[in-house]
Order: sequence, then structure tokens, then C-alpha cells
Amino acid sequence: MSYEKAQSKNVIWDWLTTVDHKKIGIMYLAGGAFFFALGGLEAILMRIQLMFPEFTFVQAQTFNELLTMHGTTMIFLAAMPLLFGFMNFIIPLQIGARDVAFPFLNALGFWLFLFGGILLNVSWFVGGAPDAGWTAYVPLSSESPGHGLDYYVLGLQIGGAGTLIGGINFLVTIINMRAPGMSMMRMPLFTWSSFVASMLILFAFPALTIGLLLLMLERLFGATYFAVDFGGNVIIWQHLFWIFGHPEVYILILPAFGIFSEVLATFAKKRLFGYSAMVFATLIIGFLGFMVWAHHMFTVGMGPVANAIFAVATMAIAVPTGIKIFNWLLTLWGGRIQFTTANLFALGFLPSFVMGGVTGVMLATSAANYQFHDTYFVVAHFHYVIIGGVVFGLFSGTFYWWPKMFGYRLNETLGKWFFWLFLIGFHLTFFVQHFLGLMGMPRRVASYLPGQGLDSMNFISTMGAFLMTVAFILLLVCIFVSTKNRTNVADPWDGRTLEWTTPTPVPEYNFAQTPLVRELDAYWHEKYEGDGKMKAAEPLEDIHMPNGTILPVVMSLGLVVAAFGLIYLVHPLTIVGFAITFGAMFVRSIKEDHGYHIPVEAIKRDKEEG
Amino acid sequence: MADHQAVEQHTLPPNPEKATLEGRNKYLGFWFFLGGETVLFGSLFGTYLGLRDGVVDGPGPSDLFHLDLVFIMTMILLTSSLTSVFAVINMKRGNYKGLLMWMWATVLLGVAFLGFEIYEFYEYYHLGLGFTTSAFASSFYTLVGTHGAHVAFGVSWITVLLIRYRKSGLTLTNAPKFYTAVLYWHFIDVVWVFIFTVVYLLGIGG
Repeated sequence: MSYEKAQSKNVIWDWLTTVDHKKIGIMYLAGGAFFFALGGLEAILMRIQLMFPEFTFVQAQTFNELLTMHGTTMIFLAAMPLLFGFMNFIIPLQIGARDVAFPFLNALGFWLFLFGGILLNVSWFVGGAPDAGWTAYVPLSSESPGHGLDYYVLGLQIGGAGTLIGGINFLVTIINMRAPGMSMMRMPLFTWSSFVASMLILFAFPALTIGLLLLMLERLFGATYFAVDFGGNVIIWQHLFWIFGHPEVYILILPAFGIFSEVLATFAKKRLFGYSAMVFATLIIGFLGFMVWAHHMFTVGMGPVANAIFAVATMAIAVPTGIKIFNWLLTLWGGRIQFTTANLFALGFLPSFVMGGVTGVMLATSAANYQFHDTYFVVAHFHYVIIGGVVFGLFSGTFYWWPKMFGYRLNETLGKWFFWLFLIGFHLTFFVQHFLGLMGMPRRVASYLPGQGLDSMNFISTMGAFLMTVAFILLLVCIFVSTKNRTNVADPWDGRTLEWTTPTPVPEYNFAQTPLVRELDAYWHEKYEGDGKMKAAEPLEDIHMPNGTILPVVMSLGLVVAAFGLIYLVHPLTIVGFAITFGAMFVRSIKEDHGYHIPVEAIKRDKEEG
Repeated sequence: MADHQAVEQHTLPPNPEKATLEGRNKYLGFWFFLGGETVLFGSLFGTYLGLRDGVVDGPGPSDLFHLDLVFIMTMILLTSSLTSVFAVINMKRGNYKGLLMWMWATVLLGVAFLGFEIYEFYEYYHLGLGFTTSAFASSFYTLVGTHGAHVAFGVSWITVLLIRYRKSGLTLTNAPKFYTAVLYWHFIDVVWVFIFTVVYLLGIGG
């Protein structure tokens, strides 16, 4: 393809075939936001059902499907893709790269996620969604009638493959594609934490792949891993699931930690306090994240020795996390703090997340865990860390990076209304759930009896959920009414890192000349020690770009076709599906695709216009 | 650019597989991929070790396994790793014909291994070990079958490369492709060494 041809593509075809990390990042954000709204709707339906004792708003079976799909959607289809959206858009800009290491695989990862998510949600319309909880414990999941769990197994398998591909891509990008002078210890914290999170993806997701494979073979082809009559063992699923599932928690929270590190340093107008301690704390959290999976299984009967080891390992994670909290506080200390919406979410995160951390240490106490296990106390705990940590991080990142990504600033007044409503709604919903749990209300039940002291707190919790919904709608309003704020978008926050040196909208090649990095917080250094512009590390030359391709969509579509074949055991369909996917891989392998070059004149023209 | 990379053999750098950024990305990315594959097989080994005593009424490991058959399979696969090493040595010397020849030898040995594995599964099936017979049966077929599927994928992958590049000569584009294929081949060989030990030797002796 030539430069002229690449410039004159139809808009829809362009987005379907793009391998540009910025467009893929935006597609991840759009897909993630859609599933976030869907998961939120499922949550609201559950909270309405629990608003009054013995309420009959939804059937018990529907409730089981809602709680399963709420968890699955929020973890796999909302939180991770939204983080992937920011990682895709921001990491190459922060390290001074023109693209990710594998642009083709990047597109493939996105389409696998999207098609996996759609496949999972098709189950609603064809006889019922999965209903065994997002953890899908056997034998409940292996014996569950209907096709809901088959959709769960195959939808997550396809989406999970996309995530694994994305993780490998980020790792190689960060190691191989950094600009000259950008040593590992000069990388912005968001890039660092995304790097560690990608490492976790790489080593955690294959365990899920195997777990899902075994469950699929058990459900569809009569294998007997989990069938006790045939010598099987149900605990194997729990181990495989949590060997994946616990690192997954850190896959979500570490990039959010990275966002807060950027936001707090920017709006305190100070260098991040304890940069190297932050890096090592991130690495230690990543390592320990693999050592603690069995704390989800304290009541299974592993024995006191195993329980004690996993309890102590779990509590140890509080140490590096505490280091991070204090570093953030000391970053703020003496800073000239600006209370923008992005920063408000970061400031709101600190106390909210600490509360989730404290209940985490309580749950890690294996003896006490027998009392907390499977109650609303656990629900309160993980919503405090996931909403108070991950979702606050996503909203903070949204307000922080929106001008760079979309070319306009989000309205701060509406943003602050959104922040306060969401913060209050969040605490209203989940704070009382601690006490509901301690009073013995089990999680995942569709109803409860009146007169047990649970009525008023459940009502309060539902009101909080409504408040969060109102807040979220306000965010959508904010996104639509802010489009006129098109001034001062290249560097609106007096930024410190390389992404703010690019023009807005960011050209497809990101940097006309690869920048030379001379210090941590490279842009800040040039602003206050240099002339305010990055030094170039290369002369102005033609820039090589990869060609767009439709093959990632074809490969992902083939797997969806194969999945339908497997779910309904229509073997010809399965074969056709795999033939499409492997055929596309074959084409990709034999067709050498060397991309095209953007001529210097076009880059100069962009520079003059920008 | 294609015309830039179709360099004459004697002008290729000493490590053509890592000479371009694209090649280095592929090389590093593939190592990470193999790291993930290690966890994948680790999970299967763990499952097998947890279930290998769950034979119920079906045949167990000592009723089925014959070390002579498995020894032949092991030798075939180890030799195929050796031939792929010869292929890489020829690549580094710039001897493209040698590279192709030794890669074809690797493919043939891989096919022979697969033939033995199919024969092995066929025999076990007729000795009463169906996929659904017992937890041992399911986990055995899943572990060894996943390895076999990897071998089959490797054979197809290398065959595609060999046919696609039969006349192209060594370039900076295809050197990383052959090199990663060889890395993959070594990996499935190492996994087989563990299967030989954990499944077959422990099954008979342990």
C-alpha cells in the first residue's frame, strides 16, 4: 500500500482494519464502556431485587444469571479492556515510540476481546446466561443445565486469548521500543505498572485457559476431571481458577496505581515521591500476587499449615501497598495541589482504597475468614478495592487523558458533580454491606427474610446504587456537552511526561522525530532546565508505518463460528470456524507485508499546521 | 522494505534473526509466549498429578504403558531437536540449502512422532482406556494430547515456511521466522521430556 492509498480509506473500513495503537486504544475504551454500562445495569437490577425483603422483582434464576454476568462482565469485559484502552493509547506515547511492537497482534487482541464479549452476552437471548457465579465452581458449573456455561467457557476463552496477546505485546513494546535515553528507571509509573501487570497477564492467563479447557471438555465431551464418581476432584478447578484469579486482581489494580501516580504528581506539581521505591513496590506486589491464591479457599479444608502460610503471604502484600500509599501522601505533602476532577478521583481513592485494604487484611486472617466467607463482608471488601481502586483510577485517567485522546477538555463543573455523587453513592452502597455481612447475610442470594435487621441497610445500599447510576449518566452528559472546549488540549495540565509533548490530535506516527530523554519526567525537565521542547534523537526522515489489515477480524470471527459449533456440537460448523481462523493465519504467514512510508514532506506539512 | 531486506547471503549480519527491530521483537515476544506456555503445561501437569490415581474400574498407568514404545518416541523427538539445531547453525553460516534440508528432516521426524502417538492412543483405546473412562484417562489424554496438538501445529507451521520460502534465499524477514519456529520446536521437545518422566516413568515405576 502506498501513502496516498493509506490516507484515502473509507472511515468504517479504516477502523475495522486499523493497526494504529491509538485507534485500537479508543476502540478498547468504547467497547469497555459499553460493557461497563451493561454490567452496571445488571448490578442495578440486582440491587432493586434486594431493596425490600422477599421482593419479587426478578426470579431467583434470573438473579443467579445477573450476578454471574455482572461479575464476569465487569472483570473481563469492562475493567480490563478500559485499562487496555489507556495502556494502548498512552504507553507508546510515554516511552517515545511510534507504535507497539506487534501492531497486527494488537488489533487481533482487541477483536478477540470484542467477539468473546459479544459471544458471552448472546447467551441472554438463547435460553439463559451462565448462572454459576463468575468463579464458576464445579460441580455447580459442570452440572449446570442449558448452554449458559458453555457460552461462559468459550466466550472467556476467546476473550482471554486476546488479553494474553495484548500482555505479550505490551511487554515487548516496553522492553524494545523505548526512545533513546528512556532507561527502565526513567519510565513513567503508568508504563511501569502496566509492564508488571502485563507480566502477571502472561503468567496467570494460561491457568485460566486450562481451567476453561477442562470445564469445556467436561461439559461438552464427557471428560471426568471434576466427576468424583470417576476419580475426579472438584478442588482442582478452584486451584486453577484462583491461580489465575488472584493475579487478575493485581492485573486490574496495578495500572490504576500507575494512573494515580501520574495524576497525583502532575497536580501536586511535584516529582513523584520515592520513584524507585514505587517501582520496587510494584514488582513485589506483582510477585506476591502469585503466592496467595489459596486465600480464596481457606474454608475448603486445606489444613491449618497451608492456611497459615497463605494467610501470612497475603498479609505481606499490605507492606508494599502501604509503601505506595505513603509515597502518594508524601507526593502531596508540600505540593501546590490543584483540585481538578482527575485529581479528586485520585484523592478520593486514597482513603477508599485503604478501607478495602484493611478489610483485606481482616479476610486474610484465616481463622476469622470462616466467619466472613461468602457473606456480604466479602462483597463490600472487593467492591472497595475494585471500585475505590480500579474504577476511580479509570475515571481519573478519563479526565486526565481525555484532551489528548479526543481533542477536547471535559467540563470541570459537571466533572466535580459527577465525582461527588459517585463518591457518596459508592460509600452509601458498600459501606453498609460490611455490616450486612457481619450480621450473616450470605452473598449471591436472591432474597432475604424480613425482621432480621437486614431491611434498612439493604434499602440504603440500593439508594447508593441509584446515586452511582445518576453520577454515571452525568458523566455521559459531561462527555457530550464538553465538545466545545477545544482550546489548550496539547498540554492542558502542565504535564511531566512524553505524551504531552505530542500535538493534539496525535499524528499517526506519534513523533515526527523520536525524542531524546534526558531525565525522569522528561518533558518537565525540558520545560524547567531546557528550552521547553524535546531534543530530537534522529533527523527528520521518511517514517515507516505498518499496513492496515482485515485479517484480525476474520481470525476472531472464525473462532466465534467454531465456538457456536462446539456449544451446539455441530461439528461441521466447528471445522468451518477453525478453517477460517487457521486460513487467515496461513495468509498472514505467507504474505509478506512490509508496510509503507510517510514522506518527509507530509510530516513537515503536519508540523506547520500543528 | 522488501528490496532492502533481500540482501545477498554474504552481506547478511552474523545473527540475521535479530538484525532488525522486527526480528528482535519477534524473538523477545516469542520467549514471553513460551513463558506463558510453560504455565499452560504446568497447569496440565498439575491436573494430571492430582488425578493419576483416579483410575476407578478402568486400566491404570502400569496396565498400559510400554517403555519401549515411549523410548522410540523420545528418541525421535530428541533427534528432531538436534536436526533443528543443525538448521540454525546452517542459517548462521549463510547456507540456506542446509537450513531447508535440516528443517525438512525435523518435519519428517515430527510426523513420525505423531504417527507413533496416534498408534499409542489407538492401542490404549482398545485396551479399554476411553477419554471418559476415568479421571486418569481424561487428564492423561488432555496432557499428552495437548502436547501432540502442539507438535502437529509445529509441523504445519514449519512446512508452510519451507514451502513459502523454498526459493527465496535467506532474508532478514524469514530468518526470524525460522528461528522462532525452532525455538517453539525445542520447547515442545522439553515438554516431552517432562511428560516422559512424570507420566511414563512415574506411571510404571512410581
